[in-house]
Parts: sequence; structure tokens; C-alpha cells
Amino acid sequence: MDNTQEPKLKIRARKLSFFYEGGHQALFDNDLDIPERQITAVIGPSGCGKSTHLRTYNRIYSLHRGQRAEGEVLLDGENILDPKTDLLTLRRRVGMIFQKPTPFPMSVFDNVAYPLRLHFRLSHKEIAERVEAALQGASLWDEVKDQLRKSGLALSGGQQQRLCIARAIAAEPEVLLMDEPTSAIDPVATLKIEDLVLRLRERFTIVIVTHNMQQAARISDRTAFFYKGRIVEVGPTKQIFTAPKEKKTEEYITGRFG
Amino acid sequence: METIAKPAVAERPAAPQGAPSLASLGRPPYRPLFWRKLQDNLVQGFSVLALALAVGVMLWILATILLRGSEALSWDFLTTLSAPHGFKGGIGNALAGTLCITLFAAVIAVPPAICAGIWLAEFGKKSRLADALRFSANVMMGMPSIVVGLFVYMILVVPMGANSGLAGSVALAILMFPVVMRTTEDMLMMVPDTLRESGLALGLTRCRVTLQIICRAARNGMVTGVLLAVARVSGETAPLLFTAQFAKTWPTAFFTGPTANIPVLINDYGMSNFEDLQTAGWGASLVIAVLVLSVNVIARVAFRDKKD
Ligand SMILES: Nc1ncnc2c1ncn2[C@@H]1O[C@H](COP(=O)(O)OP(=O)(O)O)[C@@H](O)[C@H]1O
Ligand SMILES: [Mg+2]
Repeated sequence: MDNTQEPKLKIRARKLSFFYEGGHQALFDNDLDIPERQITAVIGPSGCGKSTHLRTYNRIYSLHRGQRAEGEVLLDGENILDPKTDLLTLRRRVGMIFQKPTPFPMSVFDNVAYPLRLHFRLSHKEIAERVEAALQGASLWDEVKDQLRKSGLALSGGQQQRLCIARAIAAEPEVLLMDEPTSAIDPVATLKIEDLVLRLRERFTIVIVTHNMQQAARISDRTAFFYKGRIVEVGPTKQIFTAPKEKKTEEYITGRFG
Repeated sequence: METIAKPAVAERPAAPQGAPSLASLGRPPYRPLFWRKLQDNLVQGFSVLALALAVGVMLWILATILLRGSEALSWDFLTTLSAPHGFKGGIGNALAGTLCITLFAAVIAVPPAICAGIWLAEFGKKSRLADALRFSANVMMGMPSIVVGLFVYMILVVPMGANSGLAGSVALAILMFPVVMRTTEDMLMMVPDTLRESGLALGLTRCRVTLQIICRAARNGMVTGVLLAVARVSGETAPLLFTAQFAKTWPTAFFTGPTANIPVLINDYGMSNFEDLQTAGWGASLVIAVLVLSVNVIARVAFRDKKD
């Protein structure tokens, strides 16, 4: 199914397996290509390993003792699972948005300025400029421009999630990982975020986990279907949703289980 | 098979005018990682050092009392009456007295403290009365324990005309009450509101929801809180000096007369000039330390919230 004019592959997972504490294996030999500046959707029934897979891409799992990944995750050809990988650099390059919005307990402005101050040496003016640009980029500026001093926690759920996106893109990552970013958010706010994700595609490589198949169909270029820790099928989103090759995929997208 | 059309991306908002976009600003140069990591390592280093200090002091204390106290330790030491200098004695009466005084204090303090904690968490919440109760509990927790001892001396020992184990229990109960009340409240507050609402939604009364669902959910934390409070007060000395005082006999006159107990024994023996008494004091220290430690361990291990 690979066309000749494939874009560059930003991330390549090779024989990726994952083990939770106590040796419980959650991923089995995952092979997945993430093309640059495209949206890759990861779908599958709950508990199939979507989050687990995503969380290897920035090694965020390493916060938890006893969790371990095997195989390779190549970011621009470099295996980030290598223990020598510098985690700060990796996470600067690979941003993440979580299921529940996670604004920090500080003002809207400071939420976005925080990564700017940490990562870059910028003047106050430059920071203000970039905070505005990031909030614009996250389609939030118009709603919060008069309340930048307000606590980030005081925003609505959808706004909080967009604030988190603004915070993530302010750090100028190359890849954005999103783990069900709209599942805790109302439908209207969800559409806003989907729209936003489509715009972010121009600058970022995006991997989005979703349990919402319409969402995957609406926004993604490619879709990977996970089942019980294995990748059953990967392909262009259109093909996955109209002409799946695997029986399991068809059963899932037609809602026969999940 | 159902297919889902991919809509055209028409409703994209127009690119914002005015302010430059992040894309046009580009990525500024990074701060050097070196300093950030150094900072990280320094902070981690300091926390390890602080931990080592805390653990070190604890080990030092334990080592000292082990070293000094173990030579006094024997079955006889634990089971015989205390004796003056020159006679072979034990700490049996003090041990029994401490158990009586502490347990009776728990009997007096725990039921009302748990009720008060339940009231605070489930009913009083943010009311004025609840805030006043919390404030006075905090004040009580900061009260020097010798003041509590003097207070009980005034209200109980003087009218009764005698020191008594009961007075000691009352003093310890006063110290326990606010601690148990606040931990009970904290534990209940950690139970999510959805559980309360689910109970009420089934048509249960507030009382049933509180006692049978919320308290059950918080049970382990509450028991741990009680055990830790008991362990904490069992070694209190100051409140017992004026109340239980000490007796060279078994604690048979718990309600009417002075009652032996370990903290006061340690206090008396520690200040004596006789080596045999000092050794016995160290032995008693070892015994109470081991008791307190084991209650702590039991509280942590046995009543840990188990994940299913
Ligand atoms: N912290 C954890 N400890 C142990 N097992 C876990 C943990 N998190 C997830 N798992 C297991 O790993 C599997 C995949 O989980 P996850 O990646 O969260 O699924 P998904 O995101 O697709 O719903 C599940 O079987 C789950 O039980
Ligand atoms: Mg998940």
C-alpha cells in the first residue's frame, strides 16, 4: 500500500514491545511508521495498548519504575529507547497532550510563558509576543486575550485543553502526541480542537489516539488499528475506513465490538 | 459496511492577522542544557542528603537505645515490679500501666473524635461551626502537653484528692481527640463525591450513605489514623507527671490511685544517679520505642489500601 511519493518518516517503531511492572506485556512487536507533517490516528478498543504505544515516543513512561520498552523507536533515524538518549532534548522535540486537560496552577499567560522561559533565553517582550502567537496558534487568543492574568484552572474544559496545546507548541516541538485529547470535552469544543489539530498539521507531525472513529476519519491522514497490543492494520485513513483488509478492523469500525 | 466521509476542511479559521505566528517567529536558540541539568542534580542531591539526615538521626536514636537498653532486657524485666536502687526490679507494672492508660484514653477519645470527624466532613463542611471546630482542634494540637496535664490535674486530681491512671487517660484523650478528628475528616474528604451521589441516587438515607459506604471506603485510612494517634500519645510524659504519676504496684487502682507507666519511669530513672536504674531506664526506652515502632508498622502494612 505504500505509494512511491511517501513523505519522510518522522518516527518509525520497530518490533516495539512494552512491559508493565511485574512483566505484564502490553505491546507485542509493534511496527509503525509516522510520516512527517501528517496526522496519524491510533484507534482500537480500550485497553488495547494505544496509550502505552504513544507513551514510548517521548519515553514519558520512564517516570514509572518497572515499566520497560523493547525494540526500537526511531526518531529521525535515532533510537530514542537507547538509554543514552537525553530525555530533556527528546521531550523538547516531542510534545504531549493528555486526555484530561492539565493546565498548571498559574495564570493563562504563565502557563504558556513557562516552557518559553525554561527552554529559551527571551526578553519579556519576546515572551509576550510568543505567548500571543502560541495562543493564536491554539485558537484560544480571542477568548482569553482579556483574561491572561486569570488562573488557567478557571477556563472551561475545552479552553483548558487548547491552553495545553498552546503550551505544548510554544516549546517548538517537532512532534505532537495527543492521547484522546477530546474525550473529556464537550462536542462543540471537540470540533474546535479537531479544527485546530488540522491546522497544526502544517507545522507538526501529529499522532493522535482516539476512541472516536469519526474523529479519526475526519482528521487523520493515516490510521493504525490496534488490538490486544498488536497493530492489526495500518494504512491511509480512507482505505482503513472504506476498504479494510483485515476482518478484525472491519468488525471494529462497523461497531461490532469495541 | 458503513463508511464515514471525510469532510472538506473548509471551516478553518482564517490565519490570524496582526501578531506574527509562531511559524514566522521560528524557534529561538535553546538555553544550554548543562545548567538546567546541574540544577536538577543539585536539587536531587540535596533531597537525598536531607533524607539521609532524617534516616540517620532515627538510626542513631535506635542504635543508642538498643546499645544501652538491650542489656537490661529479659523476660523478668518485662514482667516484674519496679524496685528501688539496689534491688532487682523490672518494668512490668509500668508496662501494664501504660497499656491501660493508653487504651483507656483511646476508648474515651476515639468514638467522639470519629463522630466529630464524620460531622465535619459530611455535614459541617464549610459552615461557621465547622470552621470554629477545626480551628480549635488546630489550637489543641499545638497546645503544650504539660498544659493539658496541669489542666487535668486541676479538674480531676484536685477534686478527687488523688492522682490516678484515669486522670492520665483523660489527659492523653484530650491530646488524641483533635488528631483523630482531623485525620478522620481528611480520610472522608478523600472519598469522591460521586460515591455519595451514587448512594443517594439509589434512595439511601444520608446516614446510611455516610456510615455504610463512605466510612467503609475510608475505613483503612481511619484505622491507620487512630493507631498512629495511639502510638503518638503512648510515649507522652508531661501529661502523666501530674496525673497518673507513678506507683510501685500493679495498676490495680487505675481509677483511684497513682498508676505506673513507662514514660514517667524513664523520666525518674533517667534522672537518678544510680547506674542500675539508668540501665533500667534505657531498657524501658527500648521497650516503648519498639512498641511505638510496631504499632506504626502494623498501621502502615495491615491497613494499607489494597488495590484489587
Ligand atoms: N500502569 C499500568 N500498570 C499495569 N498495566 C497497565 C498499566 N496501564 C495500562 N496497563 C495495561 O496495558 C494494556 C494497555 O493499556 P492502555 O495502553 O492504557 O490501553 P488504551 O490506551 O488502548 O485504552 C491494558 O491491558 C492495561 O490493563
Ligand atoms: Mg488510553
